[in-house]
Amino acid sequence: MTTTLERGRPAAAPASGPGGGGVPLGRVVAWAAAVAVPLLFLGVFFAWPVAAIVGRGFVTDGTLDLGGFADVLSRPRTWRIVGQTLTQATLGTLGAVLLGLPGAYLLHRCTFRGRGALRAFVTVPFVLPTVVVGVAFRSLLVEGGLLGGLGLDGTRTAIVLALVFFNYAVVVRTVGGLWERLDPRAEQAARSLGASPWRAFRTVTLPALAPAIASAASLTFLFCATAFGTVLVLGGRQFGTVETEIWVQTTQFLDLRAAAVLSVLQLVVVVTALALAGRARARTERALALTEPVDAAHPVRLRDPLDAVAVTVTAVTAVGLLALPLVNLVVRSLRTPDGWGLGNYARLAQPADVLRVSALDATVTSLRVALDATVLALVVGGLVALVVSRRPRRPAGRRAVAGLDALFMLPLGVSAVTVGFGFLVSMDRPLGLPLDLRTSGVLVPVAQAVVAVPLVVRTVLPVLRAIDPRLREAAATLGAAPGRVLRTVDLAVAVRSLGLALGFAFAASLGEFGATSFLARPEDPTLPVVIFRLLGRPGVDNYGTALAASVLLAALTAGIVAVCERLRSPGVGSSW
Amino acid sequence: MTPRTRTGARTLALAGAAALALSACSAVGGGADDASDEPGGSAGAAVGTVTLVTHESFALSEGLLEQFEEESGLTVEVVQQADAGALANQLVLTKDAPLGDVVYGLDNTFATRALDEGVVVPADVTAPAAEDAAAYAVEGDDEGALTAVDYSDVCMNVDTTWFAAHGIPEPTTLESLLDPAYRDLVVVPDPVTSSPGLAFLLATVGAFGEDGWTGYWERLRDNGLKVADGWSEAYYTDFTAGGGDGPRPVVLSYASSPPFTVPEGGTEPTTRALLDTCFRQVEYAGVLAGAANPEGAAQLIDFLLSDEVQADLPTSMYVYPVSSAVELPEEWTRWAPLAEDPFEVPAADIDAHREEWLTQWSDTVVG
Repeated sequence: MTTTLERGRPAAAPASGPGGGGVPLGRVVAWAAAVAVPLLFLGVFFAWPVAAIVGRGFVTDGTLDLGGFADVLSRPRTWRIVGQTLTQATLGTLGAVLLGLPGAYLLHRCTFRGRGALRAFVTVPFVLPTVVVGVAFRSLLVEGGLLGGLGLDGTRTAIVLALVFFNYAVVVRTVGGLWERLDPRAEQAARSLGASPWRAFRTVTLPALAPAIASAASLTFLFCATAFGTVLVLGGRQFGTVETEIWVQTTQFLDLRAAAVLSVLQLVVVVTALALAGRARARTERALALTEPVDAAHPVRLRDPLDAVAVTVTAVTAVGLLALPLVNLVVRSLRTPDGWGLGNYARLAQPADVLRVSALDATVTSLRVALDATVLALVVGGLVALVVSRRPRRPAGRRAVAGLDALFMLPLGVSAVTVGFGFLVSMDRPLGLPLDLRTSGVLVPVAQAVVAVPLVVRTVLPVLRAIDPRLREAAATLGAAPGRVLRTVDLAVAVRSLGLALGFAFAASLGEFGATSFLARPEDPTLPVVIFRLLGRPGVDNYGTALAASVLLAALTAGIVAVCERLRSPGVGSSW
Repeated sequence: MTPRTRTGARTLALAGAAALALSACSAVGGGADDASDEPGGSAGAAVGTVTLVTHESFALSEGLLEQFEEESGLTVEVVQQADAGALANQLVLTKDAPLGDVVYGLDNTFATRALDEGVVVPADVTAPAAEDAAAYAVEGDDEGALTAVDYSDVCMNVDTTWFAAHGIPEPTTLESLLDPAYRDLVVVPDPVTSSPGLAFLLATVGAFGEDGWTGYWERLRDNGLKVADGWSEAYYTDFTAGGGDGPRPVVLSYASSPPFTVPEGGTEPTTRALLDTCFRQVEYAGVLAGAANPEGAAQLIDFLLSDEVQADLPTSMYVYPVSSAVELPEEWTRWAPLAEDPFEVPAADIDAHREEWLTQWSDTVVG
């Protein structure tokens, strides 16, 4: 099966989908809809609000005023902030990729007892509200804390560690999703021909994984570059980034002019990063021989040097970086004024103090909102992934597809404050319709979906793109109609990465970062909001309940991710 | 349980969003919405709905809002926003299409901006406590667009147990915090990202004047000051007595915080507020310009000044009522005395200099 390596250059792939000549009308309409629906969604709930608020910053008394550029760009502080943004995001991305690759291998390529639990566990940090991560991390790092001797509190190292903590799962899941389907025989062949394990990995496996690594790195970079709470809570404003500066200028000073310039600056950074990642992906993407995950996985062999390295790195990361803060959180949640006990957990069922809802009520709200957001994200993200996975024959078509891909990544790279405040100035009459969405609560799942769509695309796309085009041709030759080809080939493969995407989207929504924190909320608060409110009130009971609620959020996430993982067991997948 | 008040609007909005976006959303969203459908729930709301825009700390004891709804025939919809400063700016930004009918939670650091921008309009407030509230009126607000509802003192708190155990006398004043004996013992929230943090900055402006306050912060910084992101981080992670066992026994909090540190079975709090370090924060309510239901909005402000709500404020939001007719909880009169002479900065000065002062503070302390 070494033929895998030399066949299937993207450009040589036969066209299907838009761009193919002489296509029947029905197909054109179907593809047009597949492009139009996501574009409309992104346009209404992202591009328009962002343009509305940035536009306000550039208009003074009805005329265009670009003077803000000269003003903001001439401040030395601006460039220091841009430099810090790039430095911290790059370090965070490097750390997450370097630690995440062995993790992806171990968790998606090897089998061992407790693998499912470990997979679910590593996703937990991804959803924790930053105020909770602040407690979990900082109480370890402050003077007198368990790791207080390291002197890391309020340093850049602490920020970078927390960024890796958050994004480790992004790399593991994005890379692991492709890795587990990679046919192992190519690497086995290389090794039987005498290549050392390391050489076989470097020359065979790593190039095959490159597109997924580029995907993961670009996602992580965007998350790190727009990290807001993490930077402020762990480092403070001396490590401020473009994102934190936009927050200050918009929410505290209402200096929309400065905020608009910074938003444009942020957009430039993000688009550059996306272009670089896109180029890296395009250079490395190819059709791969994919298999069922079960065929590819093997039991861990500690005598194999690759396995040994993966086990060591992952164990150190999982225990030292991920488990330590989380265990700290659990331990603290069990401490009550009367000693150790479950008192804080008992309070989860009661309406906390005067907050009117209990943590359990809030959990139900969270799940409902997350379900809405996940369905939206899967439909929109699925359509985008499908369209972007096509390889039109004409260069213009290919460029359009690449552009569409990058476009849907933008929500991760644009400030949540900009989007949130954008909603405020645009959603009172969306599309001229007389319904005020701003305080309706509808925008909460929508805003979460906008952020979850890129996660879905990045998870499903590497798998879709790796489908050998000849599989589709064969199906067509055998007389399958285009719709049937799509169903039996693309969908059948994609659905198996759907569990991964589903878990990801759900987690992203449960953790509800992004623009939702700037929306005016109707009265049913979600779990992260209740945690935030509890931590804003004095009293040991409130503190303890907030910690118990955080543990509940973590457990809930782990549970849901674990269930989603099961969805893609071959038994379910093969029914398609 | 929370009243289900916006079912109709929400269904309509959901349907709209679904039409805009995808049918999938309505399938799920509609299903989810069923749970909040109470047949006839909105039928009784003859007088209409009044929408209260407020910050994330807003809370009232169970039953109070419901009682108001029952007596007035109004349906109250509460929309909350995370941050008090952001709230004021959001209202400025949306003044042409207001987010609701009435705002509660604008404080004296943002009041002038709201008045100058015409975010709030004068209201006919008839509650007897309005006379008490007038004592806290914003300077220049002659027509009464903002009605004071409550106030609180932002002060340094000390862990008395810690100081007793270490045999160090407790600090008392702002100046005393510069004593080398208190090196590395003080934590405050960042005034740029935290509203009590801003209040403390203003305390130092009030104490040392426009020319002297940065010098104070320089020396505070050199004495090992720690700046945390927000109140929660400072109180729960850095403070020794907040519950998180942090390392610093002096934290910026409120005069009302000590009663919450009475240990289980104990008789006295383990912390104390330093009443010579305080800045007074006053919170206001006002009818939003362009409100759909200005009468309902005024009724809601009357409700906030009613004896029931005023008496509830200490327990529900940890603030002191403006009304002199209600009694404070016993532990408050014992353990949460107010500053006799808090530092003051006129609201108009705060608004005129906020950005400049915060920038100077950042240059001095954060670097």
